[in-house]
Amino acid sequence: MSFMLGITPWPVASALLWIVLIVLALYLVRATAHSTIDAATLALSRGFRLASRAVARSEKHLAARNRDVLLAAGREAKERIIEREFDRINDSVRKDLANYSALHRNLSESIGRIEKDHQEAVDVPPDPPGWVKAVEAVADLDSREGRVKVGNILGDIHKSLVKAHKEAMVAYHKASATRHRLLRHMRPEWRKIQQTLNQVGKNVDSLLSRSVTIDRLMQEYEDIVRDKDRALSVLSSSSLVNFFVSAFVLMIAIGGATINFSLIARPMAEMVGGTNLIGGFRTADIAALVIIMVEISMGLFLMESLRITRLFPVIGALPDKTRVRMIWITFTILFLLASVEAGLAYMREVLLHDELATSALLRGDAAATTATGQYLWITTAAQMGMGFILPFALTFVAIPLETFVHSLRTIVGLIGQGILRVTALFLRLLGNVFKYMGVLLKQIYDLPLFVPLWLDERMKKLGDREPELGRIS
Amino acid sequence: MRILLLASALLLASCSGERQPTNTGVYMLLDTSGTYAQELEKAEQIIRYTLSRLDATDAFAVARIDTGSFSEKDIVAKASFDDRPSAVNRQKRVFAEQVRSFVESADPSPYTDITGGILQAVEFLNEKGTGNKTILIFSDLKEDLEEGYVRDIEIELAGFEVIALNVTKLRSDNIDPREYLGRLEEWQGRVEKTGGSWRVINDLDSLEGLL
Repeated sequence: MSFMLGITPWPVASALLWIVLIVLALYLVRATAHSTIDAATLALSRGFRLASRAVARSEKHLAARNRDVLLAAGREAKERIIEREFDRINDSVRKDLANYSALHRNLSESIGRIEKDHQEAVDVPPDPPGWVKAVEAVADLDSREGRVKVGNILGDIHKSLVKAHKEAMVAYHKASATRHRLLRHMRPEWRKIQQTLNQVGKNVDSLLSRSVTIDRLMQEYEDIVRDKDRALSVLSSSSLVNFFVSAFVLMIAIGGATINFSLIARPMAEMVGGTNLIGGFRTADIAALVIIMVEISMGLFLMESLRITRLFPVIGALPDKTRVRMIWITFTILFLLASVEAGLAYMREVLLHDELATSALLRGDAAATTATGQYLWITTAAQMGMGFILPFALTFVAIPLETFVHSLRTIVGLIGQGILRVTALFLRLLGNVFKYMGVLLKQIYDLPLFVPLWLDERMKKLGDREPELGRIS
Repeated sequence: MRILLLASALLLASCSGERQPTNTGVYMLLDTSGTYAQELEKAEQIIRYTLSRLDATDAFAVARIDTGSFSEKDIVAKASFDDRPSAVNRQKRVFAEQVRSFVESADPSPYTDITGGILQAVEFLNEKGTGNKTILIFSDLKEDLEEGYVRDIEIELAGFEVIALNVTKLRSDNIDPREYLGRLEEWQGRVEKTGGSWRVINDLDSLEGLL
């Protein structure tokens, strides 16, 4: 600094001289400096804009990929649901139509019996009573006019007719009773027919409602196949819901597994020792964890073999006979592990009691251990029950796990998409910032050069005016 | 697959690497000389407390200080605790019972060979190879050797923690407290000279920091 201020005997004059020199130098390289600033900021701006476009393109690719994945997952899920609905219809039709011939025969037999009974129950009209009255009138006339002979004959006829009439009435009453009996027999047949027809009606209704469901599902499936936006938004939102619900259920399952772990870790020390370490962790803890992991794996295989989940396509594609064998094997292993856990839970309680007794002895308080002894069986039973049930409960983790894995793919895609979008925006912003930064830097560069620039402008104006003055003169 | 192989290799490496033992070895010396023998009830409490603090694979021994304490015969009870919790509990109960019967039937000894006891303790704990080594001395620290016994030996106590418990004041200490302070200072000097650490706990109601 002293050197700079010492180029003349007066520091102020030196400083002024330096300023003049610097300003002059800056003015002289002004055009080069401006073009350098322009080039630098433009290069940066274009670079960032290019990067932004590249990231945006990647985001589009990822979005397309996510869309494909989501649609494929949705299509697969819909296919499964539709397939299941068709299976149900198939079962229903097979079950109902298999009985259709028997049903038809029953109905025909019932109708035949009704027809037969109906035929037999046709009403036979009694003899017309007019004849009897006419014969009575003729018999009365003959007796008044003294024609005894004719009267006798007619009286006999009358008697015969009366007798015949009585017999006919008896036969009629008998026939009526038979008819009523037949009609009474027809009543349960009608009821049977009505019940059969009701059942048929119900089956048909069920089939109709299922067909409505299938229509709806097919419509959704068609939307997915046709790559409609509505289907995509429905699938996306349902994927989000599935993700959160399955994550929540998995958290509960992790809680269950932790409880399970604490039940068996302590007694496991009796089997593998309490102080051995593997990789810094207690061997007993690792053994307990391995048991729980094996249980969860068996649960997964069981669910897979039952075709409830589809995480391992190999298991799903196995022949039915092998699959059933696998179901029994995994269930047996699970059952054995659950029994082992129940035993370990019992052992835990025994150990705990032993430890409490020893502590009490060392404290000189032997009476304390027997105070709660009578209720000990409750906690022992509860622990054993939990030890046995939890492995089976953990089996069902496979269902939320499958949903979680499938929805996670979509969620990760969406998050990646969001990150790329924000990055593209940020890069674009940086590009614009650098673009306008060039203008700003040039203005800042020109700020100390206001005097020569002003003079330059004046000179230019003067130069412009001189030809004008020349033209006027 | 590459990650799996790496994890397996790391696991195997961690298994095969030699680790320093982290278990604890405790050797407790009980002074049975003269009137101090009456303090043994308190010693039993300390032993029980120590037992409650020890865990699987730890080692514990209790020995009496008598005329010549550098001997295995003076060990009242000893145990190297098993790896299994149930066995540990059983060992602790047996240990407590052995100490109980000793306290009930202990005879006062005419002399007090503390140095011999410490030598025995060092030998025992070094043999056990525990990670932490603690020697508890339940005594008034007044050494009284029989004629002919040589105990002017420098004991290597590097890595050992020596804790003097219930260091009672003798009648002569009351007349001249410098004797008491000098005794403590002398033992502290002997322990720390060879790399050991020294502590005194006289308040037996606060044994939390003992181990």
